[in-house]
Amino acid sequence: GKFVNDLSICRASPIQLISSNIEVAKPGKVPGGKTEIPFEFPLQAKGNKMLYETYHGVFVNIQYTLRCDMRRPLLAKDLSKTCEFMLHCQPQKSKVQPTPVDFTITPETLQNVKERTSLPKFVIRGHLDATNCVITQPLTGELVVESSEVAIKSIELQLVRVETCGCAEGYARDATEIQNIQIAEGDVCHGLPIPIYMVFPRLFTCPTLETTNFKVEFEVNVVIVLHDDHLITENFPLKLCRV
Amino acid sequence: MLETRFHSIALYSVFFRHARVRKYGAELQRCRLDAVPVDLGDYHPLKPITVTDSRSRRGGRKGSTSSSSSSSSSVAPDPLSSMLEGTDPLSLFAAASASETPTLSHSSSSVELGRKRRENEEEVGADFEPWSAKRGEILARFTTTEKLSINLFMGSDKNKASSPSSAVSEKVRTRLEELDDLEEGSQRELLNLSQQDYVNRIEELNQSLKEAWSSDQKVKALKIVIQCSKLLSDTSVIQFYPSKFVLITDILDTFGRLVYERIWSMCSDPRPIPDSFSVEDVNDTAKETCLNWFFKIASIRELIPRLYVEAAILKCNRFLNKTGIQETLPRLTAMIRGIGDPLVAVYARAYLCRVGMEVAPHLKDSLNKNFFDLLASFRQIHGDTVQNQLVIQRVEIPVYLTLYSPAIHWILQCVAYRAPDVLLTEMMERCKKLGNNALLLNSVMWAFRPEFVAARATDFIGMIKDCDEAGFPKHLLFGSLGRSLACADPPESERLPILNEAWKVITKVRSPQDYINCAEIWVEFTCRHFTKREVNTVLADIIKHMTPDRAFEDAYPQLQSVMKKILTYFHNFSVLFSMEKFLPFLDMFQKDSVRVEVCKSIMEVFIKHQQEPTRDPVILNALLHVCKTMHDSVNALTVEDEKRSLALLINGFIRMVSFGRDFEQQLSFCVEARATFCNLEPVIIQLIHTVNQLAMETRRVMGGSHSRKTAAFVRACAAYSFITIPSLTSIFSRLHLYLLSGQVALANQCLSQADAFLKAAVSVLPEVPRTISVEGKQRSSEAFLLDFINSFLSTLLVVPDHPEQGVLYLVRGLLNMVQDYTWEDNSDAKVRVYISALPLLAAMSQESYLYTIPKVDSNETLYGGDPKFVAEISRLCETLIGQVLDHLKTLGREEGVRRQGSLAFSLFSTLLAHGDLRNNKLNQLAVNLWNLSHKNGHCDTRTSVRTLEHIKQQAQQPELSHLSDMLLRLSLQSRA
Repeated sequence: GKFVNDLSICRASPIQLISSNIEVAKPGKVPGGKTEIPFEFPLQAKGNKMLYETYHGVFVNIQYTLRCDMRRPLLAKDLSKTCEFMLHCQPQKSKVQPTPVDFTITPETLQNVKERTSLPKFVIRGHLDATNCVITQPLTGELVVESSEVAIKSIELQLVRVETCGCAEGYARDATEIQNIQIAEGDVCHGLPIPIYMVFPRLFTCPTLETTNFKVEFEVNVVIVLHDDHLITENFPLKLCRV
Repeated sequence: MLETRFHSIALYSVFFRHARVRKYGAELQRCRLDAVPVDLGDYHPLKPITVTDSRSRRGGRKGSTSSSSSSSSSVAPDPLSSMLEGTDPLSLFAAASASETPTLSHSSSSVELGRKRRENEEEVGADFEPWSAKRGEILARFTTTEKLSINLFMGSDKNKASSPSSAVSEKVRTRLEELDDLEEGSQRELLNLSQQDYVNRIEELNQSLKEAWSSDQKVKALKIVIQCSKLLSDTSVIQFYPSKFVLITDILDTFGRLVYERIWSMCSDPRPIPDSFSVEDVNDTAKETCLNWFFKIASIRELIPRLYVEAAILKCNRFLNKTGIQETLPRLTAMIRGIGDPLVAVYARAYLCRVGMEVAPHLKDSLNKNFFDLLASFRQIHGDTVQNQLVIQRVEIPVYLTLYSPAIHWILQCVAYRAPDVLLTEMMERCKKLGNNALLLNSVMWAFRPEFVAARATDFIGMIKDCDEAGFPKHLLFGSLGRSLACADPPESERLPILNEAWKVITKVRSPQDYINCAEIWVEFTCRHFTKREVNTVLADIIKHMTPDRAFEDAYPQLQSVMKKILTYFHNFSVLFSMEKFLPFLDMFQKDSVRVEVCKSIMEVFIKHQQEPTRDPVILNALLHVCKTMHDSVNALTVEDEKRSLALLINGFIRMVSFGRDFEQQLSFCVEARATFCNLEPVIIQLIHTVNQLAMETRRVMGGSHSRKTAAFVRACAAYSFITIPSLTSIFSRLHLYLLSGQVALANQCLSQADAFLKAAVSVLPEVPRTISVEGKQRSSEAFLLDFINSFLSTLLVVPDHPEQGVLYLVRGLLNMVQDYTWEDNSDAKVRVYISALPLLAAMSQESYLYTIPKVDSNETLYGGDPKFVAEISRLCETLIGQVLDHLKTLGREEGVRRQGSLAFSLFSTLLAHGDLRNNKLNQLAVNLWNLSHKNGHCDTRTSVRTLEHIKQQAQQPELSHLSDMLLRLSLQSRA
């Protein structure tokens, strides 16, 4: 058996994190019928490298595969089979500091505005219960539309993943929307708190990762669409971890 | 003429010279069984039969009345009750389905039913009106003629404003949208659907959901559900929204059930888990599957489908952890705050409350929270967004507001279910704080216990008055209040003021439709607590409102309901008809079918509740009018059943009319009734019976001797019957009534009338068809005819001969008719009549008749045993017997030996019973007949043996000792 790991960043060459090789059966004849051969590996990173959680992104791919080779006598071809296996970090024992955040969105707080005068007036307050999030727990908080001149069309939570990696050409950054959850539809009642609630999707999230070669980070955008199709976005970086 | 026909065949001139002389009194004494008193307290024909007392067997009387089954079993338990002891499956089922909460129509898998039954402590009781009861009402009430559309956004999300700023790779995007697509990349938009099309389409979706599920396409099933719930965010054609909600939540219910059952079945390996399972009973695969569903649903982009679909599978939280449901409910409740459209939001709340009540009725907090959130966002209804929408859709505010009612009713019903009064009072206070919002107030009155509302009726009226004029219509508020007061009573002292206040408002309602909807409700309250005076006032008001422009034409169901309520409370018809406005009210039912329905319901109540016969002119006039209406509705197209039921009701009325001793008045009533009800034969028959009864009653009153006046009266009665009978089409009715009326005439000493009746009967005989229709089937009339002739013959014994006609004029007349009648081929009926005429002739030749009519001289007195008369009888007998013997001969020649045997035996029995067998020839004939009947071995040996025993017994009497000689000559040779 052979144990291989690939880490590919940008179009950069894959970095091998782990590789080990064991013999599961001594040479000899495999008896007819079904034969099961038990085996186990210690997962030991190569040299000074670290093992990261399995992750499939756009630029960053962390993948662990297991290959089994069976060598056979001269006249028969060797047999080989490869399969992927998932790696989850041991949950960290330490307590996560939730670090909640309050926010107020008004025309004045906005950046990237071309004509601030043409903006309708609105006041939207709210808070996130945590920006340091446990990946298995939902993102929660509340949002209140205190006032708005123009009717609200929709309020959404946009979960964005940002991959950054360094390579020969410098570094590349890619933001991907991985989930969009509508929390309000239509002209919601002013003054009434609307819950913010989002479950992190299992396949597209992993604990925030920061290495020397690459980064995988997450952000949430609170997106408010007004009836005149004005789009207001407030961005909150998140730190995901597994507890 | 009779003479010529019946005299030529004098073949056997031997017998019946004398019929056997009978001493009826002595015979009766001999035959009478020992009288055994019947204990009436003990006996009832319908009581389970338990024969333990041998006395009752011997007693005969009791044995015979309690039917032959008594002899077969000593203790006969009711087979039905013993079979179902304690566990009557029907009532069990009924009980179960009563406690069964919503969506009976869709959630009736038997597994589910069984499981639910056992979760009793967590179940809502039968006093909770289930959603299934509301469904139909909502679907019927919220309809539209506008065109609807179903847009299943297949992939149309891509173009929506939902993909802001950040760059999204196509690959990920597609993956994300996978869930939203029914068929990749296609968009199916169905436009211009009529309401029925819409309903059909939704039902199709429901079907494809089930199909997808059963073919293991779980993802497709989820997609369908998501697409369907999305339709609930669409408020175009808003007046249809409540119905749309009903249709789509049906699909959601289906889905919820499918998912729950699937996961439940995953746990049932190796054996099913208990219904009250806990999380520990659930295996990991099931948990993982369940969790997967929740993850999938949590990633649904849009708010409304995410909310509905998660609510639909709320129950599945039971597989994951103990607290799942009680954590999810408040979260989903809060989530609804994100729905901007107040109508969409309130229905979402209604759905959540519904699911909550079903899955965890003990979690009251979320129900209350839903209601308070509803109150908090109430101002949305009057916001600009809504108002603009209404302008575009051209929907009036009052109409719009009523769209909320089913949802708010439901939420409040859930909140109020078994809630303490304190909570209800608090809810009421909160509503008040919103400025007595009419819409809420209306739902409060609908949903809260009627007793609660009734006790505070005066307060409610105050609040209704304080409500804003514009917006929610006040008559609806009074309607709701009236509905509560129809089932619970307000304090006595407040009742009249309540009625006055309510009616003050109701009478001002302009639209007749709105008016009658409300008035109809309040009629119940009025009838329940007040007298005819108040009800009359109400009726007057209804007439006033519904008459202009023939508004009543559109309100028949409501008017019928008013009538029904009045009839429920007023059973005294003299009070009812003394209401000045009752008949004018009745006149508003101008559509024939409805009118007849109403008349029928009046008559049904009358027949059920009128205890005493009546002569009250008010009642008679009114009911004659009612019955005439029913009668006049009969036409050529009326089906038999309808005619029968109408006739039954009219007959019930006629039977209840009695003028006491004023017999003439009664007769003239019958004359009038005959003219009025001429098209219903059963009524005419009833009238003839009534008149006959009247004649007999007169006779009874006069002690049997009529005065000149009463004699004239009973003749008038006879005349009535005589001219009425021919109008009947049923020939047997005519025959029987002729006979009956003849008997009545005879009893009243109207000899010529009696003669006329009987003659008429005889003359009708040839018209009897060979087949008649009995209950829709063609059957031979022969048996009926024979029956009639036999009873006719027995009457003839007491009919004295007409002085101007020959001897035995009627008997011969009857026999001639019998001879000429075209009997069925190969029938012995004619001969059987001849045989049965013999006992009559024998009875006629007695010195003293078996029975006579007081004050009427029968032939016995008329002829006083005149030898000529006796000779005439003998001649007739001879002729008859000759005819019978001839017939026996023809049977011998043909293949009719069996019939020959039976007839011969029958003649033998008659001779034995009625003939004087001391006469040798007659004796010889009897023996010959016996032998003939036994010749071919077709006779019933048991009967033969019994007959022989009987003869033996008879022979012991001194005057019948000659029978023992004959007995020696009768043998049972057929046995060989």
